[in-house]
Amino acid sequence: MNVPNDYLLALSAVLFALGIVGVLVRRNAIVVFMSIELMLNAANLALISFARESQDLIGQVFVFFIIAVAAAEVAVGLALIVAIFKTKHSIDIDQVSGLRG
Amino acid sequence: MFLETEAGGGLFALAPWVIFLPVLGLLVNLAFGRRLGERFTGIVASSAIGLAFGVALTQFFALQGHPEGATVPLVDWITIGSLSVGWSLKVDTLSTTMMLMVSGVSTLIHIYAVGYMHEDVRHNDDPGRFTRFFVYFNLFVASMMVLVTGDSFLTLFVGWEGVGLCSYLLIGFWYEKGKDGIGNALAGKKAFITNRVGDFGFLIAMFLTFGAFGSLQFDEVFARAEEIGPAMGGVVTAITLFLLVGATGKSAQLPLYVWLPDAMAGPTPVSALIHAATMVTAGIYMIARTHVLFALAPASANLVAWVGGLTALFAATIAVGQYDIKKVLAYSTISQLGFMVAAVGLGAYVAGMFHLLTHAFFKALLFLSAGSVILGIEGGHHRQGHHAAHAAHGEPFDPQDMRNMGGLRERMPTTFLVYLVGALALAGIPPLAGFFSKDEILADASRVNPAIYALLTAAAFLTAFYMGRQLLMVFFGPARTEAAAKAPENPPIITFPLIALAVLAALGGLLNLPAGLPAAHGLTLWLEHTLGEVHPGEFVTLVALVSTGLALVGLAAAWLTYGRGSPALGQPDPLKRVLGPIFVALENKYWVDELYGILVVRPYTALSRFLAEVVEWRWWHDGFHDAVLARGFRGVTRWLAWGFDLPVIDGAANRLATWTQQAAGLLRRVQTGYVRNYALSVLIGLVLFLSYILFA
Repeated sequence: MNVPNDYLLALSAVLFALGIVGVLVRRNAIVVFMSIELMLNAANLALISFARESQDLIGQVFVFFIIAVAAAEVAVGLALIVAIFKTKHSIDIDQVSGLRG
Repeated sequence: MFLETEAGGGLFALAPWVIFLPVLGLLVNLAFGRRLGERFTGIVASSAIGLAFGVALTQFFALQGHPEGATVPLVDWITIGSLSVGWSLKVDTLSTTMMLMVSGVSTLIHIYAVGYMHEDVRHNDDPGRFTRFFVYFNLFVASMMVLVTGDSFLTLFVGWEGVGLCSYLLIGFWYEKGKDGIGNALAGKKAFITNRVGDFGFLIAMFLTFGAFGSLQFDEVFARAEEIGPAMGGVVTAITLFLLVGATGKSAQLPLYVWLPDAMAGPTPVSALIHAATMVTAGIYMIARTHVLFALAPASANLVAWVGGLTALFAATIAVGQYDIKKVLAYSTISQLGFMVAAVGLGAYVAGMFHLLTHAFFKALLFLSAGSVILGIEGGHHRQGHHAAHAAHGEPFDPQDMRNMGGLRERMPTTFLVYLVGALALAGIPPLAGFFSKDEILADASRVNPAIYALLTAAAFLTAFYMGRQLLMVFFGPARTEAAAKAPENPPIITFPLIALAVLAALGGLLNLPAGLPAAHGLTLWLEHTLGEVHPGEFVTLVALVSTGLALVGLAAAWLTYGRGSPALGQPDPLKRVLGPIFVALENKYWVDELYGILVVRPYTALSRFLAEVVEWRWWHDGFHDAVLARGFRGVTRWLAWGFDLPVIDGAANRLATWTQQAAGLLRRVQTGYVRNYALSVLIGLVLFLSYILFA
């Protein structure tokens, strides 16, 4: 099975765009979070496809690290969402606007 | 000419101690005198001066081997440009003569003062004054030593001012006494201010000297004056005239003599030491010291002689009409100083110095004896008790008024005897000291200037007359007051110096006997080393006979007038019947003080009041200071505050703050606090950035 790289990159771009839209338009913190993960993985996908195209393992190794960091980030992000929920009794991120000038 | 100190066998190096010892004495007394009491103070002060006399003696012996003298450098004092003044001591025969006289007479007067001021302390109930008196006294001697040893005009001037200061301090020593409780203080002020007039002349003379000869050092000035002086006669004449002004101030000559009679407000030892024996002779010493300049300016020398001659006669006439025992002596001092000034003006420097010495002896003697008389009268007044004292008229008892005396010959025999010696010496009765010195002056005057000789001879006659009058009023006849009848003789500490001075007054003539006698011209030969070739005073028999005869006639006239009885307080003077209005003029001192009051003091006071009230206060203070300076300054500051500080400085800062605030208000809106807004900003930024990288 030999999928052209262009497809992979296009998929990556589509996924990234979806993630952006999700971050910008959704108010549910969980969904925003998921959209961020989507963007992250779109980037991973782009890295892998470039690595495949240039026959270089470094890109794939890099992705492993990104996945590990993303796992840690998920832990932190979910903990934040739990903390927000505890104080605001809601996970609507528009409720969290304490830094308004 | 200019010798190192080693020349005198090292003895010349001791010379500064003649100044240091009195200073040491005054420092010790200043520090400890009040705590250690009268006896200590008196011993320290007297022995300091006594030791200074010893130092002066060493200089005398050093000069025997090296009569040309030496200059003892002490410190570098002032160096500005070409002016270089070191403080050096000039030890030569002239200055050593003065040193010996000043320290010797001072020693005796110090001892006397220990006794005299003891009485004063008892009367004034202020023990601190005793110490203060001796501190001033030692300071005076130190200043006088600076004066006579100075080797330049400037060092001489330091001493000149120092003795003036001490004179002021000591005239006002009883500052709370005198007329209206301020009379003595005013007398001190008068002396000081009158002296300042003379000092002003001296200062100008110094400036001219430096301008003309480029130095203030005596040796250099004289050397240069002899070189180039004749070519610039005008300057030398001006210098000598201004020096004469200085001398008239310090030596109480016409027209600046008025301070000396008032100076009698001080304690009697002060009158004896400062206002008779030493300080007032500074002017004569100064003229003798600068004789080189006066020799180059015959006109000035002539004027000096005339001033001296006129003063001698003028003051002698006033002395005739005085009742205060010390005032008579004060005018007599002025008159005798006139003799000396006339002598130095006529070029008879040795005769002037000779009379200076003998006068120091007998006038110190007379003043101290007068002090003894005053103490006796005060003592008698005390003994007389209260009942009589209060019976008198409202006026306070004046122990110095000769009308309150009389008959003291029996009450105070020692004082009478020494007074007699002093009075006869002053009158010029041979063989006492005054005869020889006065006669030398008269002989010189008769040779050089007959007019001045006539003036001086008349003065000599009056001298005998007023001294006879004083003797008769004080010591002869019946006692005219209770106080005089009960006056006690004084203790030996007071009479001993009197006897010592009486011996000096009697034998002082031996210093410079006329030719033909053994050891003749001693002082002439001695001073020749400093004053150059001097013509030894000839003994003119006719002059001597005339002056002695006139002195005897004067005494006889006094006997005729006052022998039958002297006036008591309130009675007219017998002389008044003879002289009439002239005597009133004499009694009132020719109204010179009043004349000066109208001519000088009142215009001066009016001028200073005008300057103070109109110029200073109304114009300068109200007008210039208040209106121009203060109001102008206030205007400027007001403009700065309201016109510049508030709108410009404050405005700039405030506007900056407002702008910052406004800008911040705008930027605030960006911070919505919505995470999605931030994310969108990030996205937009990212897109812009990437598109810049990719497409630009």
